[in-house]
Amino acid sequence: MKLIFALFTGLVFGVGISISGMINPAKVFNFFDIAGTWDPSLAFVMGGAVIVTFIGYRLVWRRTAPLFDVGFQIPNNGTIDARLVGGSAIFGIGWGIAGFCPGAAIPALGTGRWEVVLFLAAVTAGFYARRLMTPAQTTKAV
Amino acid sequence: METLFTPFASLGGGALIGLGAVLLMLGLGRIFGATGIMSGLVFAENSSEFSWRAAMVFGMILSPGLIFLVTGKMPEFSVPVSPLMIAIGGVIVGFGASLGSGCTSGHGVCGLSRLSVRSIVAVPTFMVTAAITVYLIRHVFGA
Repeated sequence: MKLIFALFTGLVFGVGISISGMINPAKVFNFFDIAGTWDPSLAFVMGGAVIVTFIGYRLVWRRTAPLFDVGFQIPNNGTIDARLVGGSAIFGIGWGIAGFCPGAAIPALGTGRWEVVLFLAAVTAGFYARRLMTPAQTTKAV
Repeated sequence: METLFTPFASLGGGALIGLGAVLLMLGLGRIFGATGIMSGLVFAENSSEFSWRAAMVFGMILSPGLIFLVTGKMPEFSVPVSPLMIAIGGVIVGFGASLGSGCTSGHGVCGLSRLSVRSIVAVPTFMVTAAITVYLIRHVFGA
């Protein structure tokens, strides 16, 4: 049941990525290309996603635990350090070069395009490179 | 290459992205971060860490096919850069998102919604560096 729920969660997210245009690298480039062929659509993606998540999280957190686990696993690290800022800055540079980010590329695998496979293989190589350089860091998200 | 301004599809799609994030919190109590899900798959230490992430990724991969079944066409998708740029950008994305502990989904959608101080710093940082990168590539180097 937990796995079916997880699959459904991924499907909902992926349909959102597909409909929103976030899946399309051409649209991602144009969102950032304010001086050129600007397309502000992706601001609406982030807006819609944050509004729903902001409200939805607060409703979910009224529960004492999630449906299929004993507790919520929410990061409580509040430290602003060089890793956070430097890593985020580096991530943005890569995003601006390739036009893909991981959350858009995983659903994009379903289009069957080889460019997506190449991108995700490269991302995985980047994970390994980071592990080699800074082995002490854990890989917990956010 | 121009793309159409799609405020309604983007807002609706964004709402579904948010719904996915809320469902994951409801079901498994986790943040929906694509970087964390991917690196959790690649570096999983046991099958329980692996299996729910694999199920999620499988659901994500099915989504363009579901769109095709319902609407009769695949989502619009075009890649205006060379394979070399995809590969270089991908390595940088993997390195940076891993070092910064998150990307557009984890810091962007989930972190901002939690009002996480780290995410409130991370998101403008990567938006600005992405915009500068696109500006330099398209308008300074003229690629």
